[in-house]
Amino acid sequence: MDKIEIGGLVFDPAWLPKLGEGLVVTLEITGLCIAIGIVLGLVLAILRVYGRGPLYWLSSLYVQFFRGTPLLVQLLMIYYGLPSWGIVLSPFLSGVIALGLNTAAYQAEYFRGAIQAIPRGQMLAARSLGMKRAQAIRYIILPQALRLVIPPWSNELILMLKYSSIVYMVTVMDLMGAAKTIAARTFRYFEVFILVALIYLAIVFLLSWLLRRLEERVRVPGLGIERGSAH
Amino acid sequence: MGNGYTSRKGEVVLRVEDLHKRYGREEVLKGVSFEVRRGETKVIIGPSGTGKSTLLRCITRLTEPDRGRIWLGDIEVTGRGVDLNRVRASIGFVFQDFNLFTHLTALDNVRIGLLKVKKLPKEKATEIALKQLEHVGLAHKADAYPAELSGGQQQRVAIARALAMEPKLILFDEPTSALDPELIGEVLDVMVALAKEGMTMVVVSHEMGFAGTVADEIIFMEGGVIVEQGPPDQLFRQPKHPRTAEFLHKITALYGETG
Repeated sequence: MDKIEIGGLVFDPAWLPKLGEGLVVTLEITGLCIAIGIVLGLVLAILRVYGRGPLYWLSSLYVQFFRGTPLLVQLLMIYYGLPSWGIVLSPFLSGVIALGLNTAAYQAEYFRGAIQAIPRGQMLAARSLGMKRAQAIRYIILPQALRLVIPPWSNELILMLKYSSIVYMVTVMDLMGAAKTIAARTFRYFEVFILVALIYLAIVFLLSWLLRRLEERVRVPGLGIERGSAH
Repeated sequence: MGNGYTSRKGEVVLRVEDLHKRYGREEVLKGVSFEVRRGETKVIIGPSGTGKSTLLRCITRLTEPDRGRIWLGDIEVTGRGVDLNRVRASIGFVFQDFNLFTHLTALDNVRIGLLKVKKLPKEKATEIALKQLEHVGLAHKADAYPAELSGGQQQRVAIARALAMEPKLILFDEPTSALDPELIGEVLDVMVALAKEGMTMVVVSHEMGFAGTVADEIIFMEGGVIVEQGPPDQLFRQPKHPRTAEFLHKITALYGETG
């Protein structure tokens, strides 16, 4: 295929397969780390709200540590640090774990905020029916909190998609890694990164749209912000 | 008019003995004792901040009492190793601000306790829930979410939710205080009907008309103790304690005639 020239910039369609492969890796890493983050984040949030003693303190310590230190430091500790304890992880797995542990701390804070936004009377009414605390959390509190958390949580998903680009620092060939390789070979830095920026932008738009649809789908009257009431 | 002289009183359903509760330095309950018999309606009145709501919450240990004993039939609620969730499942609780589950329809609000606590199969739970919604005149609102219902309707759903569990008694914590005046009637009508059907009820309320009509006994509480108790006729017309008379005088000025 011919190269495309726009305003003195030259784009080569031959880059696309490699960028496509990188995009798949980026989406895999984002998907996996978000999944780890949801599960771990929910557990942390529940411990932070309902836990007592060591469970509360440990979950709080976790959140403080991962929010209080740079993501890159966490990634490098896992990739370069853990081998000195005999734990050697692949670059891909290091990236997934570092990003997953990090986003879990942030997601935990979003979940905690949403759980605490549910009026106390909901728990009281659930317990007065004879529900165990775990049942009340599962059937009454979480279904409401998870609906409330979608808008702030969307931000975290989008951030993770973009932050996942730091895994190229440990040699993962994600979208960013692929771009760097192509750029270094062709010296078309500006063109390659314009293309990469557009790809990220497109994915962000798509994710935002999907989450807005999800939010509308699970909306219940009287819960959360009614669209169109503010502004 | 129903009162303490009718013969529908049965065995003791609830017994509260010397209940104490302290919040920080303030002692909210200073030794409260009373009994409720099957089919009885007891109405607790008294100035706000005198521990009436705390008393109700202590009965099912939604608030943990500091001292005192509580029996539900022959189960000691305050006893060691008691299955609290089972006790709570058999005592209905109706809250001042309804506390319907926001994310569930009226039907699901009434059904969820049957499904998750009583573990009934879905068809059976649905049948009971619909019957109880009908009982409070809201079968046609089964699919409505709480936010789509008026305050009065929400409270009626909350009553249906309590009834569906087939409770031994129902505790009402100022069930009409959060309602607009024009919506109070529909909730009181349901409660009067329940009392007449023989439901055992303990009601904290300022609705003197309701109290005079259906209460077998009125309990006047102030400062964390029961000051006086007796059938409405006696308590309203010849209160023994000057504090009771004073309170009734004030409340009559506010809410109109009693009985």
